[in-house]
Amino acid sequence: MARNSEQRDLFPGALEIMILQTLRVKPMHGYALVKHIKQVSDDLLQVEEGSLYPALQRMLKEGLLEADAGVSAKGRPTRIYRLTEEGHRHLEREVVSFERMFAGFNRVLAAAKA
Amino acid sequence: MSWFNRIFFRKRRYDDLSVSIQEHLDERIDELVTEGLPRSEAERTARREFGNVTLMRERSREVWQWEKLESLLADLKHVCRRLVRSPGFAITVVLTLAIGIGANTAVFSVLNSVLLRPLPYPEPEQLVSLHLNAPGAPGLAEFRSELRLSASMYFTFATHNHVFQSVGVWGPGTASITGLAQPEQVNTAEISGGMLETLDVPALRGQWLTGADQDAHGLGRVMLSYGYWQRRFGGDPGVVGRNIIVNSQTRAIAGVMPRGFKIVNYDFDLLVPIALDPTNERLAGFSYRGIARLRPGVNLSQANADSARLLNVWMDSWTNGPGSDPHWYLRWKIAPALEPLKNVVVGSVQTILWVVMATIGVVMLIACTNVANLMLVRADARRQELAVRSALGAGRWRIARELLVESVTLGLLGGAAGVAVAFGGLRLLTAIGPGDLPRLSEISLDGRSIVFTLVLSVLSGLLFGAIPALRYAPSRQRVALLGAARTTSASRDRQRGRNLLVVAQVAMALVLLIGAVLMIRTFLAMRNIDPGFSDPRSLQVMRLSTPETVVRDSTTVVRMQNSIVDKLAAIPGVLSVGFAASVPMSGTEPSWDMIMAEGKPDVSDNAPMRLFNYVSPGYFRTAGTRFAAGRDFTWAEIYQVRPIGILSESLARELWGSPQAAIGQHFHEFASQPWFEVVGVVEDVRENGVDQVSPATVYWPSLMGDPSTPEKLGAWRTVYFAIRSNRAGTQAFINEMQQAVWSVNANLPVADVSTMQDIYGDSMARTSFTLVMLAIAGSMALALGILGIYGVISYAVSQRRREIGIRMALGAKKSGLVWMFVRSALVLTAVGTAVGLGAAAGLMRLMRTLLFGISPLDPVTFLAVPVLLVAAAALASYLPARRTAAVNPVESLRAE
Repeated sequence: MARNSEQRDLFPGALEIMILQTLRVKPMHGYALVKHIKQVSDDLLQVEEGSLYPALQRMLKEGLLEADAGVSAKGRPTRIYRLTEEGHRHLEREVVSFERMFAGFNRVLAAAKA
Repeated sequence: MSWFNRIFFRKRRYDDLSVSIQEHLDERIDELVTEGLPRSEAERTARREFGNVTLMRERSREVWQWEKLESLLADLKHVCRRLVRSPGFAITVVLTLAIGIGANTAVFSVLNSVLLRPLPYPEPEQLVSLHLNAPGAPGLAEFRSELRLSASMYFTFATHNHVFQSVGVWGPGTASITGLAQPEQVNTAEISGGMLETLDVPALRGQWLTGADQDAHGLGRVMLSYGYWQRRFGGDPGVVGRNIIVNSQTRAIAGVMPRGFKIVNYDFDLLVPIALDPTNERLAGFSYRGIARLRPGVNLSQANADSARLLNVWMDSWTNGPGSDPHWYLRWKIAPALEPLKNVVVGSVQTILWVVMATIGVVMLIACTNVANLMLVRADARRQELAVRSALGAGRWRIARELLVESVTLGLLGGAAGVAVAFGGLRLLTAIGPGDLPRLSEISLDGRSIVFTLVLSVLSGLLFGAIPALRYAPSRQRVALLGAARTTSASRDRQRGRNLLVVAQVAMALVLLIGAVLMIRTFLAMRNIDPGFSDPRSLQVMRLSTPETVVRDSTTVVRMQNSIVDKLAAIPGVLSVGFAASVPMSGTEPSWDMIMAEGKPDVSDNAPMRLFNYVSPGYFRTAGTRFAAGRDFTWAEIYQVRPIGILSESLARELWGSPQAAIGQHFHEFASQPWFEVVGVVEDVRENGVDQVSPATVYWPSLMGDPSTPEKLGAWRTVYFAIRSNRAGTQAFINEMQQAVWSVNANLPVADVSTMQDIYGDSMARTSFTLVMLAIAGSMALALGILGIYGVISYAVSQRRREIGIRMALGAKKSGLVWMFVRSALVLTAVGTAVGLGAAAGLMRLMRTLLFGISPLDPVTFLAVPVLLVAAAALASYLPARRTAAVNPVESLRAE
């Protein structure tokens, strides 16, 4: 697995928001989550398993997610993660604050160019 | 989610996690196989990509845990399991600590109750003792450092001061109570107005004594102490307003003071108004103790300044009678030295308590070093395990933490057991505590003591745990070395820690032993002083008062006292009987004044003060006070009121050069008196305790005055009977004594029945208490120190068996090998002794006030104790070193 610094240094909360956004579309299990994020970001973003599982546990504890017994695409038993009501609300709040942050970012960058 | 749910559902979360991770890996493996990798290769790659599964699992689980706490709990579980596996070690350590911590907690509780807690009066910091110094007062030594207040001083202070809210004076006394059951003598506190206002503790029942009770011409009411109210009146709430017969006078009860209320330090039964008469007072009569309550915002130096001014006002406004110079007292250089009331209450015990606390603290340190030594040995045995763990990635801090958790756990276990020890120790301490230990009844194990124990437990745990933790939490680089240590001898490095501990132990033990030996020598020095009486065990003492209301006429009083002497002498087993106004060390001072010697220049302006005592014939013989010259009084001379007197030896020498020269000389107290002839000179008596200088004393006949009219005669009405008998102190004897007294007059209460040994022992109590404490601490220190040396040497021997074997194979003599170990112990002891001697020389100065007849740097002690210690160390190292002889060189070499 490539461990370039560009890929790793996500700002705090980024992994969380990606997980929430992905699971909003549809509940899935851990492996599928990693694949999904990788595909959607055209391999630009890669989720490390070492971060993913602790993050999932954190979000379970905060009540943003819930895990149900299920089976993977290959028919093996696994746990399917889905968003809770609280998770939905949290995601919306986070997205708004992220967008505001990016807007600010862009303006600063534009001003610097000009 | 509540903590309960969290723990309950945690298992499910952990299972979920495992399933997820397993599936994740499987799926990735499948994918890799699909990409064309062989299965085994795919598995390896998947795992490598995934990273450390265990670590990740741990990190994921930590989300659900109070991680710090739980890993601490895990450590704790581990520690407990290991302690249970070596119960001998655990019990040794916990017991050592329990004794150490228990002793410290007990002493701290005393210190806390006596010194640290505020006095049980409202706003106690405002209370001051009106202490006056009179460095210019000649004669009695105690006057120079403490001059009591006269009534006129009290009036001046109470009326003219600018700094006090209230001022009061008081004095202890006794009174006979009749009409209740048996006649009884009770302890009274005679108090002036302002006394209760100053202490400001409200009455439990009824009300305080008022100004009206202090009327010199009336008969004021009295107040009861809580204890006396319970004892004599069964706590009857209706007691207020009832009458009680005090010294044959009927007085009303104004109220009851609450439980635990004392006048400064004094536990009274009855509060009686002094009823001073301002119209009839003089400058002199320095007999009262004064206290005052400062106005808010006034400090001690302001109060002292105002008091100095008041002393001038006092001399300006009072007189000692016509023709006397009121400013005569300027010579006495009376100066106020007000001090917080607490200092008076606590008194000299402060030094003792701090010395004992420091001593016990040092014992605790020694106990800690011993435990540290044990921990080192134990950690040493785990060297390999710790090295392996370190190699597997356990950090220094991780290993150090586990060792510290172990030591703090032991500390806390020791502390818990220590509280039990302290509880028992406190009972013991208050039982053997010196009779004059103030606030004895207030001593208890309170919250502060418990906090102290907790802090001490944790600190000692950290202390003795830090040494192995520093040593055995190795850096990565050292790991490799540790494994190889199996077949080598102990490195210098490993031995150094234990050596340092031994040096520290020896030094501390030496300090304590020197302290203990100095106290023993002080005690012996005091025992060797001739107190001026003989065999105190067979000398029975009791006090008897004859109030004027019972017998008015002075001659009759003496005749009655004479009959009591005869009756007592008739009791079987009694050798002789006599009485005196005061017996040594009883704390009673009958009187004092200056005397003029016939034919000597009149120096009455600056004559030294002499202690006066009033004695019956036979008193000196009974007490065992030797006559240096001359003879005793006779009863015939007493009844004839012959002007004769007996002097103490030092006084006779001072006035006439020798006891023999004094016989036949004359002296008197006032010019108006006839000259008194010196008929006898007796040896000096240690009136104020064996460690105090004997005061120059004049012994007057117990009946004095103008024999022409009975009204002008005076008899000493409160006297101590001294009875010499082998039966002294037995209850049967005391009963017979009482019967003898009552057969003469049934209204006389007998009080303060004790043997002279009790009084003598009380006067030595401070020394013997300190001695006992230091001796206990010193022997504990010695035992622990010796154990420490023994342990280190025997451990060194066991570690170096192989080396010894090789040395023996190469031809080393056994005696040489034994000497090698003994020498190393002696070097450590010598270093410890040197350090200890230095520390002792500095610390013993602090004990100066507790010592008597001996220098704090007593050369004998400073020489003998190190010799003893070195001898003990030699023995303690020789015993384990001898085991080298048992080493079989072949066996040792075979292991190589």
